[in-house]
Amino acid sequence: MTVNTMMNTAQMDAIAARHPHLVKGSANKRIRSILVFAGIGLYMVYSWWFFSIGQVLANANWGIAGTYLADWVSYEVRPDIKIAADGTMQVVYPRYSPLGPDAKPEWVKIETKMVERTIDVPAAAQQAAPKKSSSFSFMAPNAAVGGSTQAGARAETRTEEVVSRATVNFNSTTSIDVIDGKVTATHGGETLLIDLEHSAGVTPEGALPEWATQKRPGEKITLAFGMTGWADVDKEKISIHNRFPGWANFIFDTNSPFFNKSFGEVMSLITSGERLDPSRSNLSLAWNNILYNSEWQHLDVWTKLLQTIVMAFVGTLFASIIAFPLCFLAARNITRNGLLNQIIKRFFDFLRSVDMLIWALFFTRAFGPGPLAGMSAIFFTDTGTLGKLYAEALENIDDKQREGVKSVGAAPLAVQRFGVLPQVLPVFASQALYFWESNTRSATIIGAVGAGGIGLKLWEAMRTNSDWENVCYMVILILIVVFIFDSASNFLRSRLIGQKTH
Amino acid sequence: MATSALSTTLSDNGAVVERHWQELNLRRRTYTFLGLALLAVALSGSLWFANATNAGKFFDRLPYFFDFVGDLVPRDGAEIGRAMFDLPSPYDDGSLKYNYPEGRMYLTDSIYVPEYFYKMLETLNIAIFSTIFGMFFGFILCFFAARNLMPNPWVRGLARRIMEILRAFPEVVIAGFFLAILSLGPIPAMIAVSIHTVGALGKLFFEVVENADMKPDEGLRAAGGNWFERVWFGIVPQVLPNFMSYFLLRLEINVRASTIIGAVGGGGIGEPLRLSISQGHEAKTLAIIILLFTTIIAVDQFSAWLRRRLVGDQAFQLAQ
Repeated sequence: MTVNTMMNTAQMDAIAARHPHLVKGSANKRIRSILVFAGIGLYMVYSWWFFSIGQVLANANWGIAGTYLADWVSYEVRPDIKIAADGTMQVVYPRYSPLGPDAKPEWVKIETKMVERTIDVPAAAQQAAPKKSSSFSFMAPNAAVGGSTQAGARAETRTEEVVSRATVNFNSTTSIDVIDGKVTATHGGETLLIDLEHSAGVTPEGALPEWATQKRPGEKITLAFGMTGWADVDKEKISIHNRFPGWANFIFDTNSPFFNKSFGEVMSLITSGERLDPSRSNLSLAWNNILYNSEWQHLDVWTKLLQTIVMAFVGTLFASIIAFPLCFLAARNITRNGLLNQIIKRFFDFLRSVDMLIWALFFTRAFGPGPLAGMSAIFFTDTGTLGKLYAEALENIDDKQREGVKSVGAAPLAVQRFGVLPQVLPVFASQALYFWESNTRSATIIGAVGAGGIGLKLWEAMRTNSDWENVCYMVILILIVVFIFDSASNFLRSRLIGQKTH
Repeated sequence: MATSALSTTLSDNGAVVERHWQELNLRRRTYTFLGLALLAVALSGSLWFANATNAGKFFDRLPYFFDFVGDLVPRDGAEIGRAMFDLPSPYDDGSLKYNYPEGRMYLTDSIYVPEYFYKMLETLNIAIFSTIFGMFFGFILCFFAARNLMPNPWVRGLARRIMEILRAFPEVVIAGFFLAILSLGPIPAMIAVSIHTVGALGKLFFEVVENADMKPDEGLRAAGGNWFERVWFGIVPQVLPNFMSYFLLRLEINVRASTIIGAVGGGGIGEPLRLSISQGHEAKTLAIIILLFTTIIAVDQFSAWLRRRLVGDQAFQLAQ
């Protein structure tokens, strides 16, 4: 006799209607989950109000965020085109330009001419010098003469080479051309003409395209070309910000004799060139130049990174060395003394609960800023954490092995050595490795409060708001280190436990 | 008996066994010795390096080691209470050290929240908010990263890489970046801790999901459930207790993390703590430490209690 257990939808619904308690969860449960979700929702609303998140996000300077992000992987070259009253120009690079002291980049084309200029040397400027030196007694007579004869402004004629026309090519579709007080900006097929010598100040001819903004008529016009850069066009100065991908001068800085040389040139200098510095070989000079690169500070960054690694390593190692004997006293199945167990356990809790930050701040006071402070902070916190974990591992051991060793009359120490240790040692080592890895990460953060390592350097680079490329460099180094240690610790742990553990 | 056992000459097979055993033993000892020697070299090198690059040298500074205890002795015991509750101090000389009432956060004209309680609340809120945020996105991401639910290796790999990057990216950099964009305050810290939490919780979550029992999923698949139904009705009910347990563990960690981020300018209790320690305000430092210590213990205990209720004894593992 066979019963067809297949049901059609109607029958299923009928059964569901007859026994609603089977299909619908209990009312209690449903209400509870609704309450939990409502609670979380309410909490989020409260947080929104508590931190006035909406307001902060609205007031944030999102425009600058893009620039900062772009700074991570690119750099700007910022020549200024200065325009004198007579329409002659000068192209000036800032002092610490990534192009070095006398740069003539290809993307800035200049036409020059020789002009005889009459320069009015203002009277005030002339008098300032003698007056200043008159405070020295031996200059006093001269100063008195100079001051009386050259009272008025004086004209001086000089022959100078000036720029008559400057063309800045950002890329194939974007350029700025300046000639005779007229600026022609081209971007994405649109052309904007700007008259600088207009009586009403800086005046665009025609409507401004989307990429140009002017706050008030006559004031400077800002041209934004997206990732290729931007420019400020003002009456006396056109500031160019041309952005290039990559990191500038990563290997040699502008002061280095190897600056701006191709790889081949540098190699041939190192291997067979004349000594640039007679006191040492080119190789050592080059290496020294790389280490002390003033913009990237490779040596300092590497030292700080090594400090971070060392802090995590020594801190965790010491913590596990100290936690190891203590955990035997804390485990209630090893040491049968409730009071002692409790004292040690509370001691572990104390070390753990006084935050790593507090320890770091105190040790920074004790040892001065540096890795010793961070190391000690990690050591103190992790002695607590590892001790607690070790004690828990001990309390969970299998008693049979211990009993077996005990039953053959082994001494107490031998019982621990052969009955307990083989069971827990892989767990202990695995936990220590895990904390070693995670401390490599946390050592970065406590470094920022002065406890040594790369944290502080990272933090300082960020606070300047202009060294984001250095931040990116350090972040990449940190990620590499974390990745290596992650893999190493995972590998060692899987060897220890015999399987992949997390 | 022992002598007779020793004098017995071994058969060829016995000799081979003995020789193998001796070789094995020797090799194991060599490895142990080499490992320990390597560790010792690394340790002494590290210690030397740390000492050489530190501002103060270890042995020079050791006599001052307990100086910080001196930083913790206020003028009288009641000062701690006054600092904690922002009550006026009898030692008030107009300096920062005793200006406790200045920090009061007035709710109405007469009712106020003491400064450090408010800051502690701020830190706690940063931690809770970021943990909820991290849980939400970690929850969504983890199902795409689990081998048993996402057969497509590309999607799985992408989800895992995203989580790895979020987890490994230094929190302090995220906080610093958003500090530059947003103004000073707790929100950069919240963003930093949240982002890290998404990665950390996502990883723990997908491991839970991978260990889940697939029978409910099979049943739902047989009944023609689509992917979302399978996840929602087959997997989520069994992993939710573990998720909650990890959520609570993460909350404990995040309270500490947000304190630290606070100390580098991210709002909350960390900043006043750093300032009062560096300026040597004993009573304030002690008040903050006591507050922080109590909060951390309270959060830990609450989380341990709730986790025990949720998942029983397996809740007592510490993860980071």
